[in-house]
Amino acid sequence: MTAPEARTVPAEAASDAPAAAPARREYGGFMLACQVVLGVIILLLWQGASGRLIDDFFISNPVDVAERLYQWIADGSLFLHIWATVYETLMGFIVGAVGGVILGIWLGVSPFTNRLLNPYLNALNALPKVALAPLFVLWFGLGIASKIALAAVLVLFLVFLNTYAGVREVDQDLIDSARLMRATRAQLVAKVIIPSAMSWVFAGLKISVPYALIGAVLGEMIAANRGLGYLVQFSGSQFDSAGVFAVLMVIALLSVVLNFLVELVQHRMQLWRIVGR
Amino acid sequence: MIELRRISKTFHKHDERVDAVRDINLTIAQKEIIAVIGPSGCGKSTLLNMIAGLYMPTKGAVVYKGKHVTDVNTDVGYMTQKDNLLPWRTVQDNIAFPLELAGVSRSERIERAAEAIKHVGLDGFERRYPHELSGGMRKRACLARMLLYGAETALLDEPFAALDAQLKLAMHDLLLRLAAEAGQTVMLVTHDLMEAVTLADRVFVCTRRPATIAFEQRIGLARPRDVLNVRFTNEFKHLYDALWERLRLEYQEDRV
Repeated sequence: MTAPEARTVPAEAASDAPAAAPARREYGGFMLACQVVLGVIILLLWQGASGRLIDDFFISNPVDVAERLYQWIADGSLFLHIWATVYETLMGFIVGAVGGVILGIWLGVSPFTNRLLNPYLNALNALPKVALAPLFVLWFGLGIASKIALAAVLVLFLVFLNTYAGVREVDQDLIDSARLMRATRAQLVAKVIIPSAMSWVFAGLKISVPYALIGAVLGEMIAANRGLGYLVQFSGSQFDSAGVFAVLMVIALLSVVLNFLVELVQHRMQLWRIVGR
Repeated sequence: MIELRRISKTFHKHDERVDAVRDINLTIAQKEIIAVIGPSGCGKSTLLNMIAGLYMPTKGAVVYKGKHVTDVNTDVGYMTQKDNLLPWRTVQDNIAFPLELAGVSRSERIERAAEAIKHVGLDGFERRYPHELSGGMRKRACLARMLLYGAETALLDEPFAALDAQLKLAMHDLLLRLAAEAGQTVMLVTHDLMEAVTLADRVFVCTRRPATIAFEQRIGLARPRDVLNVRFTNEFKHLYDALWERLRLEYQEDRV
């Protein structure tokens, strides 16, 4: 059993396998058991400290948090908020990714436009994008559109910068050889530049997924009537620390699921592996 | 057909001035096979790059079929020293790439690529990616791609350096056969004197950098040549020895 596993480890490590994977394989089920035990110990310590060492008001306690979660699940409101946040995250990601890729390729292949827009893009990039939130609320209202816009603008710059770098990094020898074979400009972009920049684009997409979630949650915290950001903000304003912890756990879980999905997509992409080496 | 009119090329790296090529003057006739030999790093590749229109000469002009080369010269097939296969394409798709660019249908591309793959002995590796091949196999894939492009002039920069002796002979044979069939003009840069004499009509020997033509040797061996047996003829031996002697003198001068 161990021999084939041992063989797969270096191959995985060479690609983009998560850093935790080899460790998990190394200790097998034992490590998983330890991790569960550690989690239980933390929960017990938390329960024990709460009300005795630290005021319950600040740190709540696991039982209350679980109760709050159960209550929100039972009345279905939690799913409404989760769905709102997931929807904004995904839409923001898609809009920002498409915009970033198009902008990155366009500026990457047209030096004039690139030089023209360069100072403005630098200024926009230096701006903390979160500061745009009030503007988006003004433009797109209190609904989901303003959250999608905030998530999209965070994603857009990350994806744009990566795509642009990828396009600029294209091996000049590959371009020369294609030009010698009578490639038109459109063919150069479609068949050499874009495929060559793909690993950079994917890297940009991967790192921008958590930012889409940040944008969505932040947007909800500023002005909203649904979503996990709204819920954490609302619970906080009610001095409901159990509610705050409950939402934080849900957000953490959501981001773990999102990262897992990204890994899954990445493993499916044979292209990524070939170009990425 | 190809005229180099007193061309020089100077590169500026930081504040340093590097003369790669100086005052090269030569004319290559149609269907001629030319070999250029010389010490490594002497500027031979720069010469090919200028004929391909990738570099412009600092002084002088490259004239191809009566026209000044001022942009990428798409009439040449260029096999560079570094293999520049597209890493995300299989061998088959890399070799068929020039056909794809020309808008040839997929079925015809596959058919013609298969033939070229067979020629260079890469059958069985059609679906591999370049990084899965050895250096010599990648070179052969580049050669097959150039053959499919079907240019009237082939520029080859040390094309067979990474191949073993038998394969080298097979590739020499293939190159001579196909060049004769297609009436190609060939310019080949090599380190290998044996290869130069076996293939070429004329051999140019370059000096150290900046490259100039030290001397030229006409190779009057009859065509078609049998690439294996030609080297055992007296005529070959005389040419080889004469070239070697002059090369040796050239090196001696350099050392002084």
